[in-house]
Amino acid sequence: MTFRFGLAAALAAGLMVAPVAGWAQQKIKMGVSIPAATHGWAGGLNWHAQQAEKRLEKQYPNLDVVIVTARDVGRQANDLEDLVSVQRIDALVILPFESAPMTDPVRAVKQAGKFVTVVDRGLTDPSIQDLYVAGNNPQMGEVSARFMKEKMGGKGDIVVLRGIPTVIDNQRVDAFMKEIEGTQIKVLGMQYANWNRDDGFKVMQDFLSRFPKIDAVWAQDDDIALGVIEAVKQAGREKEMFILGGAGMKDMIKRVMDKDVLVPADVLYPPAMIAEAMEITAKHLVEKAPIQKEYIIEATLVTPENAAKYYYPDSPF
Amino acid sequence: MTPSVMPEAARKPSSGFDLKLYGPFLALAALIVLGTIVNPVFLSPGNIGNVLTRTAFIGIIAVGATFVITAGGIDLSVGSLAAFASGVMIVVMNALVGSMGAGLPVILVGVLVALGLGLAAGLVNGLLVTKGRMEAFIVTLGTMGIFRSLVTYIADGGTLSLNSEIRTIYRPVYYGGVFGISYPILAFAVVALIGALIMYRTRFGRYCAAIGSSEDVARYSAINVDRVKLLAFVLQGICVAIAVVIYVPRLGSASATTGLLWELEAIAAVIIGGTMLKGGYGRIWGTVVGAVMLTLIDNILNLTGAISVYLNGTIQGVIIIVAVLLQRGTAARR
Repeated sequence: MTFRFGLAAALAAGLMVAPVAGWAQQKIKMGVSIPAATHGWAGGLNWHAQQAEKRLEKQYPNLDVVIVTARDVGRQANDLEDLVSVQRIDALVILPFESAPMTDPVRAVKQAGKFVTVVDRGLTDPSIQDLYVAGNNPQMGEVSARFMKEKMGGKGDIVVLRGIPTVIDNQRVDAFMKEIEGTQIKVLGMQYANWNRDDGFKVMQDFLSRFPKIDAVWAQDDDIALGVIEAVKQAGREKEMFILGGAGMKDMIKRVMDKDVLVPADVLYPPAMIAEAMEITAKHLVEKAPIQKEYIIEATLVTPENAAKYYYPDSPF
Repeated sequence: MTPSVMPEAARKPSSGFDLKLYGPFLALAALIVLGTIVNPVFLSPGNIGNVLTRTAFIGIIAVGATFVITAGGIDLSVGSLAAFASGVMIVVMNALVGSMGAGLPVILVGVLVALGLGLAAGLVNGLLVTKGRMEAFIVTLGTMGIFRSLVTYIADGGTLSLNSEIRTIYRPVYYGGVFGISYPILAFAVVALIGALIMYRTRFGRYCAAIGSSEDVARYSAINVDRVKLLAFVLQGICVAIAVVIYVPRLGSASATTGLLWELEAIAAVIIGGTMLKGGYGRIWGTVVGAVMLTLIDNILNLTGAISVYLNGTIQGVIIIVAVLLQRGTAARR
């Protein structure tokens, strides 16, 4: 008696689950794995990813976007395993924490038959990805150097504040140094400021004590630049130098727009690239739209003339 | 005395000189000499002012940490709490500008909010440790994650910036001062002085050391162990709040990276200063020196181009270890 009742219940449950499972299978799942918001730029990245999720799920009702954020390489690798085995994604959009260590975990996702989009930091084996969307780090260093060269008339003393020791930072700095080669621009000092305001402030205070004459500062990043600005103001040396940051933070774009003499320009490295990658991937998944294999986003120089175009007052970054 | 200790005892120059007490000061003096050799700018009043002002945050937090550690506890949540309190303080002040107008009252409310949060956080940590019977390490590891993610949530992953009018009024709290001494340095001095009075001249200070030395013996001696430990955490929370009050006017912003690793710096300052990590022995002035030393190391590295920036961490590590070795090598076996 109990056995038959149990069987009936199981059958009923099976009947109820079956259509749900069938419906769920039709839904296309896109996993997005990005670093957690541990610094300003990554904060912007998270914001743009969430905006894109809302937009895309509205635009494509049968698309489900799952965003996971990781604090380090190890956790990101775990996230990928979960996305494949638990969430059963059809496609992966990933901004790898670091290139080399994430290459094999992403390869495993590819081998499981998923569509793979890599954003910003390239894998060491580019044959894995179906799509690559990135900013251009060497070009960012180059554009920055070219602007400073012109602005300074090819000569003067500068200090450089670097980011966190990574491939990205090296690519930017190497390209920058190559571009100023042969000019009379002298790099007085170089220190890591970890893409962080407080560190930018501290390092710049010390540079200001150490060097009586500085013509320009390459801060490479807008968070660092904001710390640098405070240190320069405190020392009362605003008239002596200008500061070039990078990324496209709204506060900095606003300063450029308002013709702040300390901040004559900014170089874009937009966190919005994650949204772009998600959109292209979603379009391809749902509409089977044909895609290019690579989308490289230019490192645009923002000047007072074009600043309004890159100003997002609602973004937290 | 075991034979292995004999050579150590023999090496001691005189019985009156206690390395454990003066070690941190010797290390500081050595560091100052090193800095002057590296770059004469080091001794300029401008640089010294910058360094001491910068030390104020970690220094004030470390004074509080000295009590917690002396009482045998540890607080890992201070850096995250600093970020969280900064964030809430900024949000509250920004929200009040509309109704109260930009002025001193808004800043006073902001300061009270920060102090309230510090007090509350200290109470939560302290109650969980005493009434919840949990290890301080686990409690504060938990609250560390909570505060850090709360500030990230409030800031929407980005950066919270203080309203610019308020900022202009509040700014002098970091950048201003009297007789050429900045307010953060004065605040640091006052906090250290009060801390030293409490540690060396009150029953509470003695109880902290007694509990850190042996909790059971302290309990049998009719010391209200739970109350003393709770107070130590509350003191720590208030110290963090004071640090926040002088931190916010510096850059007028808070984000997920604010106060990152401050807990480690504060603990390092306390230990470099001669306090025992296992508790039972605390030195406030040592902590002050330890905090100054940590900032000095960074400062000296920034003032020289002679060392590859890739090696900064190595130099920091070596100096910290040598500084502690200097006092422990001989003094640990009393």
